[in-house]
Amino acid sequence: MVEAMRRNTFWSWFWMAVGVLYFILPLVATFIFSLRAKKGVLSFLAYERIFQDANFWETFTFSLTVGFVTILVSLVLVVPTAYWIRLRLPHLRGMIEFVTMMPFVIPAIVLVFGLIRVFSGAPFFLTNTFVGTNALLVAAYAVLALPYMFRSVDAGLGAIDVRSLTEAAQSLGAGWPTILFRVIFPNLRVAILSGAFLTLATVIGEFTIASFLVGIKAFGPYMSLIGQNKTYEASSLTIISFLLTWAFMGLIQLFNRGKSDGTLAGAH
Amino acid sequence: MSSKPNLQHVNTKRDAPQARPALSAWRDWLGVAPFLLFAVLFILLPSLSLFAGSFQDSKGNFTLQNFVDLMDPSILGAYWVTIRISLVTALGGGLLGFMMAYGVTVGGLPRWVRSALSTFSGVASNFAGVPLAFAFITTLGRTGMITVLLKYIGLDLYDKGFSLYSFWGLSLTYMYFQFPLMVLTITPALDGLRREWREAAENLGATPAEYWLKVALPILTPSILGTMILLFGNAFGAYATALSLTGGFINLITILIGSQIKGDVLHNVGLGYALAFGMVVVMAVMMTIYYFLRRRSERWLKQ
Repeated sequence: MVEAMRRNTFWSWFWMAVGVLYFILPLVATFIFSLRAKKGVLSFLAYERIFQDANFWETFTFSLTVGFVTILVSLVLVVPTAYWIRLRLPHLRGMIEFVTMMPFVIPAIVLVFGLIRVFSGAPFFLTNTFVGTNALLVAAYAVLALPYMFRSVDAGLGAIDVRSLTEAAQSLGAGWPTILFRVIFPNLRVAILSGAFLTLATVIGEFTIASFLVGIKAFGPYMSLIGQNKTYEASSLTIISFLLTWAFMGLIQLFNRGKSDGTLAGAH
Repeated sequence: MSSKPNLQHVNTKRDAPQARPALSAWRDWLGVAPFLLFAVLFILLPSLSLFAGSFQDSKGNFTLQNFVDLMDPSILGAYWVTIRISLVTALGGGLLGFMMAYGVTVGGLPRWVRSALSTFSGVASNFAGVPLAFAFITTLGRTGMITVLLKYIGLDLYDKGFSLYSFWGLSLTYMYFQFPLMVLTITPALDGLRREWREAAENLGATPAEYWLKVALPILTPSILGTMILLFGNAFGAYATALSLTGGFINLITILIGSQIKGDVLHNVGLGYALAFGMVVVMAVMMTIYYFLRRRSERWLKQ
């Protein structure tokens, strides 16, 4: 049995090592490469060039803003809905959950295809104006965020006693807006934050939908453009975007201490 | 995706009477109306529009020709490559992810490894698209670091037939976001394996291999298959990674749809919609299987 145990740990370490190498080698290679913009010496020149590029800041700010607006929109959509089905319409739960899972069935490229077909023509004409296109982008991202926003908010609601809180607030004379914004939202802070950071992590570098709706205005298409003609800058961007992802995931773990999941998303 | 037990159903039935019973049913529905409106506008309408479009010819008349045209070898080929790459990366990523999750749950690795693994899985499963493609080009591209290093010690990958911009190169890249997702979703399932089951099996004289083959794996199978379906979908819909890595020179269905959106490369808009609709059908079949598997796995893994 001891012999079996030892072999056991050996293979566990072996697979762990394979995974860690797989994970780390591309990052190490990219990092070293990104330091070689100046001939013969290691330097942060590629990073300096990126940070001096006005387009970097413009596209990054644009995508960050879109991310924040998406978070707001999806919170306004998801929190009252999740709260309401828990309180009043528990039989609708399956249906709502089904709707929130739709991004797993409809790939991003198909979603943007459909959105363009519906909203570029009559009666919406959304893609004719900047505001319209940006609104469509936010809507598309809110759809992508639905599964994990709903999941984390719903789990958050499960951890508090929604019914008692509502009744207590009502007996103190609170109306629905007060209940939602001063009782429910504050109690969901942790759940909301992890959903929000996951949304940011997905939206900021998102390429598929952004490239068809707003093109080079967004950060994902900007990175793609840099990759086509500036190799050193592209690898410094890769490292920057990796650090960003790491920062967002780290924040989620910080808020979610002790809970297991919450870091599942996808926009590849 | 998590396999936590659902206790909230119990709550809603047993608890106090409804807060304001006087409110009528239609006002209850009003509470979910904004959400439903959003879903209709931005999920249902786009899907229906593609669905309807795939039954129309260029003049807007009803036709089934687009689905006949899907049988064109180049389009079937694109579906086939996309499905194969999704299968390969779901299996490969799934296997590696399972082994790693096994190591930190039942495999006897120290506690700190587990928390480090869960952090890095969260990061790696979200690190995809354009930057991921760049990282792999810098590593395994024609002048990539590993390629050059291996050449230095006498192994020329590209001479041996490997190319990062081919099927296997793309698979290798996809697996970077596949195996961490497996780690994240399968770890709770492995945690659900109870010590008593193992002890009972051992008391009855089972060897570790017998325990795994006859007890643990049958219990885990629905979770493993379910997660692999998620991985499949993850790769099936991937566009950004494939486009940045290959520059569009790989016959994937997402790449084909992308070029169709940019400029009707198929010279038939209806066929483009049918292509997209076909993707949804494949995913819908997968998610239906996933749904039933998840129900099966939850039966065992309830605490």
